Amino acid sequence: MRNVAVVFRREFASYFATPLAFVFIVIFLVLAGAFAFYLGGFYERGQADLAPFFNYHPWLYLFLIPALSMRLWAEERKSGSIELLMTLPVTTAQAVVGKYLAAWAFSGLALALTFPLWITVNYLGEPDNGAILAAYIGSFLMAGGFLAIGACLSAATRNQVIAFIFTVVICFGFLLSGFGMVLGLFEGWAPQPVIDAIASLSFLTHFGSISKGVIDVRDLLYFGTLIAVWLAANAIVLDMKKAD
Amino acid sequence: MIEISRLSKRYGEFTAVDDISFNVEPGQVLGFLGPNGAGKSTTMKMITGFLTPTSGTVRVCGHDVEREPLAAKACMGYLPEGAPSYAEMTVRGFLEFIADVRALPAERRRARLDDVIQRLALGGVLEQMIETLSKGFRRRVGLAQALLHDPQVLILDEPTDGLDPNQKHQVRTLINAMAKDKIIVISTHILEEVDAVCNRAIIIAGGRLLADDTPQALAARAPSGRLDDVFRQITTGAGAGQEAVHA
Repeated sequence: MRNVAVVFRREFASYFATPLAFVFIVIFLVLAGAFAFYLGGFYERGQADLAPFFNYHPWLYLFLIPALSMRLWAEERKSGSIELLMTLPVTTAQAVVGKYLAAWAFSGLALALTFPLWITVNYLGEPDNGAILAAYIGSFLMAGGFLAIGACLSAATRNQVIAFIFTVVICFGFLLSGFGMVLGLFEGWAPQPVIDAIASLSFLTHFGSISKGVIDVRDLLYFGTLIAVWLAANAIVLDMKKAD
Repeated sequence: MIEISRLSKRYGEFTAVDDISFNVEPGQVLGFLGPNGAGKSTTMKMITGFLTPTSGTVRVCGHDVEREPLAAKACMGYLPEGAPSYAEMTVRGFLEFIADVRALPAERRRARLDDVIQRLALGGVLEQMIETLSKGFRRRVGLAQALLHDPQVLILDEPTDGLDPNQKHQVRTLINAMAKDKIIVISTHILEEVDAVCNRAIIIAGGRLLADDTPQALAARAPSGRLDDVFRQITTGAGAGQEAVHA
């Protein structure tokens, strides 16, 4: 636990040592706002909720989270600092979890900085703040899922661009599998349980149900399992490839 | 004490380290010599637990590096090849991070930090980002990191690479000052360094241990009495590979 905290602190601080933190947060906030107001029709809808804001989070994360996760391990491998980290008295699991949690906390910080929108909607009307909180939690969990995938793929290469592209592709798959269009390809011939299984793999399905304001144990379990599986894969990939 | 027993590392068909065994006792400064690609760094990476051997075992301070990695790593200080560190950190931030990972108790922490900062003359660059430092300074930051917890065993992969003659001299003086009760393994291809700091030298080439002796005895093997002649003879001569291991 102590070692996880040490790795976490170093990693979290490293975001702020370069313009990365500033650039990421500004772009995230600008895009999140632009999507909510222009594409989502935040004012035009005339409803006091944040649905137009949260609806675009999966698509926003699709490109921004891989940009955050791509450096997690690829950079350590490229600079050789991975050799230093892995010969310090820290286990692979502690390093994986510490670095992952730092990235997740950072994405959580970016998400939390969207609070002016929440203030705005409360000023304009009387939204269901419980549902908004649930959607924030759902969005944070979804960011965690994207990040776990990105962390694992970042460990597989020393090239950050490759890590970025692979992460976008795989995350896109995880988003699409809940899309009506994709599920439509299976409807009619595949048995319903198969279609349900494919849909249940999707971020959209689980994020959608949480952001309606219902925090179901199954959705929490989904994100928890997804994160755990990808982080375990991250540790395995790291042990296999760290010296390449 | 480092005990290395029948250590090998293979990558597919290629054998990087081929059945190497040796022990290192406290008080020994072991120079690891060999041409580029001889397997020096690979061996050091296995000693420090970064690489997993294909076969064979490494024990450091009585701990098997594969089975008790944390205990073994805790008693080692390691300067990897090229002295990697975190470029975006300040020197002070980096050393504080290492002190945290090494879990130095509060009462020793300040003293140890001051000691390595003073020994490696880092006082003037503490607040600088590591990426802005010259090669020589980065190397010294890497050394400071390895020395910080005052380890029993020091593994230094080319510690003087990129240093100017004065800095080389300082690092050698530093190693000599610590040599008395520690185990120090340094890899180098600068032969005069072996004369200056080592009391034992191992020559490897093609992954195999070809000679193991004091630098003086090794030098005496050549008619000229020069270590580089012996080195060339052992690593390139017709006898390479069949040279008897002299322990």
